[in-house]
Amino acid sequence: MGGPDMALHTLQPSSRPGEAGALLDPNARSSKYAARLLEERRAAIAFVAPAVLTLAALTAGPALWVFWLSLRQRVPVFGIDRFAGFAHYAFLATDARFWSAFRVTAIFTVTSVALELLLGLGVALALRGQRAGRRSALGLLLLAWALPGVVTARLFEWLYHPAAGLVNVALGVRFNWLGDPALALLALILADVWRTMPFVALFCYARLLTIPHVVYEAAAVDGATRLATFRFVTLPLLVPVLLVTLLFRTLDALRAFDLMFVLTGGGPAGMTETLTVYAYRSLFQTLRLGFGSAIGVIVFALVMLVAAAYLTVLRRQESRA
Amino acid sequence: MRRRPLIADVAVLALLVLYVVPFFWQLLTSFKPEAELLRVPPLFPSRLTLEHYGVVFAQSAMPRALLNSLGVGALATLAACALGVPAAYAMATLRVPAAGALMLGIVASTAFPQIATVSPLYLVMRGLGLRDTWAALVLADASFALPFVIWLMTRFMREVPRELAEAAALDGAGRWRTLVTIYVPLTAPGLASVALLTFLSAWNEFLFAFTFTATEASRTVPVALALFPGVFEVPWGDIAAASILASVPPVLIVVLLQRWLVRGLLAGALTE
Repeated sequence: MGGPDMALHTLQPSSRPGEAGALLDPNARSSKYAARLLEERRAAIAFVAPAVLTLAALTAGPALWVFWLSLRQRVPVFGIDRFAGFAHYAFLATDARFWSAFRVTAIFTVTSVALELLLGLGVALALRGQRAGRRSALGLLLLAWALPGVVTARLFEWLYHPAAGLVNVALGVRFNWLGDPALALLALILADVWRTMPFVALFCYARLLTIPHVVYEAAAVDGATRLATFRFVTLPLLVPVLLVTLLFRTLDALRAFDLMFVLTGGGPAGMTETLTVYAYRSLFQTLRLGFGSAIGVIVFALVMLVAAAYLTVLRRQESRA
Repeated sequence: MRRRPLIADVAVLALLVLYVVPFFWQLLTSFKPEAELLRVPPLFPSRLTLEHYGVVFAQSAMPRALLNSLGVGALATLAACALGVPAAYAMATLRVPAAGALMLGIVASTAFPQIATVSPLYLVMRGLGLRDTWAALVLADASFALPFVIWLMTRFMREVPRELAEAAALDGAGRWRTLVTIYVPLTAPGLASVALLTFLSAWNEFLFAFTFTATEASRTVPVALALFPGVFEVPWGDIAAASILASVPPVLIVVLLQRWLVRGLLAGALTE
């Protein structure tokens, strides 16, 4: 590429600098520009490559590989590794345990996300009016969110203890929260709400702080009631944040694993066994890698479905705005 | 002054009770004598004891697990930042080929469920002979956090004024020097938030750690806590003490570095 460039420079006649310059300059500049672009491109690739290759090997690769695995019969302990087509999916379609896990996942996700959004919004609104104790309240909320899920599971296991649990002492009952098939899923959902409601509260609270005071003064001047102010001023401004947290929380609830795995282990009698727990047990306790992967793929598909639905709603919102 | 509604005060008070009491109860349990654990009421023990902490330190896998978690968390944070910061710099300031599609893929990958990628990753780790090593967890945790690091750091770096980078270029600074002397210092608060969140996610991570470890050599704190042994009965006091120890880093991060943590958390969703 240096060839033509150099040639142009040497050809540049000295007798008519103005005209020749005007003709040659854009060419020279554009080829220099192209060289710079090429250099920038190479540099950009060098900066991005290590991260992209890591993600390709450890995230995108496995995400594709799991589909292939789900089409295989693979039981390492017996040395079995053969193509099975859609046999696992066909089995799951009529598998009562799968449909039970599906139902538990759906109930867990819908109930805990709904409760978290409602309570989180309420907490954010309540905190806004406070003068004292706001920082410590936020710190406490943040702490509940920042603890390992296993710690929360152990904490609630003890709070739910039939004889010495604080929940029974406080309510004056003697329920076996984690052992009673009728109560276990509720107990699990409450623990999850305790742990993740702070996330919603924090996001809503941060958004509330950015609403300028004049907006409320204007509403007050117009004689709006407290309820009307919330309905027509605050809530519309919170909708974008609520939508984002709805997406994050729904995806996390669908993918949740540690809390139920440690708190109830899917029991009693499978009443709290989610798709993730069923997948884990199939993968690493009965060591059926292909079959467990098929359940993992279904969780994957559910997550992508929710994300796609969310994006569709968001696009419609934006086009309306 | 605006009239404060009573209902909000009651709600906040209820909130404080619902969050303080469980923490406090776990703390109290960890200091309760064994014989008084299952006798409630009275709520408060006759004396406080360190016996549970003694058991946890002398006879359980927790001390080793704390070391493993600290090591894995620090290395995973380092790796995720070392890989993610240069990538974010390129995404924010250079013309990266197919940048839009690349960023879309990076953001989309944060939605991938761990339960779907765990079986292939298990085969990868086994194939590389990394089962039951720190390396397996560092790789898994770093790659799990990497999309967040790239996404957030790209945002922070886009806010750095271009003129500064151009001035550095005029002074003859190459791209690496511009990154290290201009972009990293100016985005240091953001980087601190990102590093904190990465460390926290590695400290808390359970599924990968549970799957890729087999012995005390590499088991992290959540795994050791989940597997905490009970011979005949559940050792509630010991478990409470182990839980308190497992909570120390998150508590320190929340108490001392709350501002940075919140900044990182909110940056992901609020500044659109």
